[in-house]
Amino acid sequence: MTETMITGIVIFVLAMFVGFEVITKVPSLLHTPLTSGANAISGITIVGSAVVAGMGATRLAAVLGTIAVVFAMINVVGGYLVTDRMLAMFGQKKAPEDKR
Amino acid sequence: MIGRLMELAYLVAAVIFIYGLKWMASPTTARKGNALSAVGMLIAILVTLLDRQILSYQLIIVGMVVGSALGVWMARAVKMTAMPQMVGLLNGFGGGASLLVAAAEWHRLVQPGALMSTDTAVSIYASTLIGGVTISGSVVAALKLQGWIVPDRPVLFAGRHALSIGLFTVVVAMGVYLGFEPGTVWAFVVMNVAALILGILLVIAIGGADQPVVICLLNSYSGLAAAMTGFVINNHGLIITGALVGASGIILTNIMCKAMNRSIWNVLFGGVGVVVAGSSDGGASLRAKGVRTITTDDAAALLGYGQLVIVVPGYGMAVAQAQHQVRELADHLHKRGVEVLYAVHPVAGRMPGHMNVLLAEANVPYEALKDLEEVNPNFERADVALVIGANDVVNPAARHDHASPIHGMPILDADKAKHIIVMKRSMNPGFAGIENELFYDSKTQMLFGDAKKSLLALITEVRHLE
Repeated sequence: MTETMITGIVIFVLAMFVGFEVITKVPSLLHTPLTSGANAISGITIVGSAVVAGMGATRLAAVLGTIAVVFAMINVVGGYLVTDRMLAMFGQKKAPEDKR
Repeated sequence: MIGRLMELAYLVAAVIFIYGLKWMASPTTARKGNALSAVGMLIAILVTLLDRQILSYQLIIVGMVVGSALGVWMARAVKMTAMPQMVGLLNGFGGGASLLVAAAEWHRLVQPGALMSTDTAVSIYASTLIGGVTISGSVVAALKLQGWIVPDRPVLFAGRHALSIGLFTVVVAMGVYLGFEPGTVWAFVVMNVAALILGILLVIAIGGADQPVVICLLNSYSGLAAAMTGFVINNHGLIITGALVGASGIILTNIMCKAMNRSIWNVLFGGVGVVVAGSSDGGASLRAKGVRTITTDDAAALLGYGQLVIVVPGYGMAVAQAQHQVRELADHLHKRGVEVLYAVHPVAGRMPGHMNVLLAEANVPYEALKDLEEVNPNFERADVALVIGANDVVNPAARHDHASPIHGMPILDADKAKHIIVMKRSMNPGFAGIENELFYDSKTQMLFGDAKKSLLALITEVRHLE
């Protein structure tokens, strides 16, 4: 294993722990928006997809890369928008008569 | 130099994601957190476009425009009840992107003159496996949730475990073979196909009641797939971000499993949902007791003259699209000075927190939405527990009946309320396929019929109370 791989694994493991710490604090009330929001973040593969599509090393790679860009972009845009749609409902100002 | 600066920019994006997730911890900051996270994504995308390796922007732009348009359309069109399918599908797209990037990189690196290191090769194969399982598993999960293929019941057949292990072995074997014979197209294709079938197999055997776990698990996979892509293209920002999402999915999977008192292995391989026999005698003695029914005007009087009503919503409420009527009923009860709380079980709905979203959509204030630990002490002082389309999560057998498949599952203590009104379509048992003791309790009265219609009738009756 090369040094690059080792560094990658170290970063991966430490980031997992950061993830555990941060996510544990999210209340069950918000678990659906959390899932879809985290899901949007996993669309970060757009980074790899764009590079592969842009390099166009082989014709096949360019095609696969472009489809990957489409997929990742659906993941990113759809994920953030739908999360926002849900969270907007949680933040709504309540009509006065609802106050107890 | 530019490469180093880009690395730092990805780190900035990752830190922003962490803050975005942190802000998800409260309903007041969550929306800002999501927007912040989107800014992080924008930074990551813009920085990527500066990458020197990119020779042409045409395909990227086409892909981004098409993907964004589809994403916007999906996010706008989806109904809140269909959110689990939506998230499942989006997971699949993320996993699919990882699978495709791995394939594209593989094809580039097996060209004459290119060199694939062992590390990269292993990363590509891992990315193929996880990405493949994620996309096919997510598509099957989404179709199941949508009810387009054999809804709810798990598909089980003899030797499926052996088949799964076999497919996994094929993926590994092809990886090893490719180590000796790099560039063998058929071997790489076989690897991809095996990974895709494995994903289908994994999800198809899981029953409807366990779908919340599947969604969490696939969410985790989509993160891990992104991290693997990070290993493939050697990008730390991707590794960090993928790990964050992977962690999120693992935690939610864990919470769901605890809420069902099952181990993850049991959910994945147990094939529960085929258990039909409930308590020791199959529920015959319970059925012999019979149930009591209640009329809408009696139910309205119980609700309207009480002090505290706790609503226990289940998926039945969501199916009947009755959340708006629930909230309307609660409004009328408020006007009469009745306190209304909502008891939301962690596995209520088809994904974690799903019920909260449905109730929030109907403008139920989130302060009234209580989770299991919070609400349970309140049932003793509740005049009425109004159970709407919930079943297994209020079954007292979970506490004491060792023979019951749901034994040990934390439940909502609806049976401790002074009166229990159960709104239900019929006496069909729930997902777990077992009889519910609560329905036969002497304090329980059943209000049969479509939840929406019954609620409308209840609203009318409550309004006519003095």
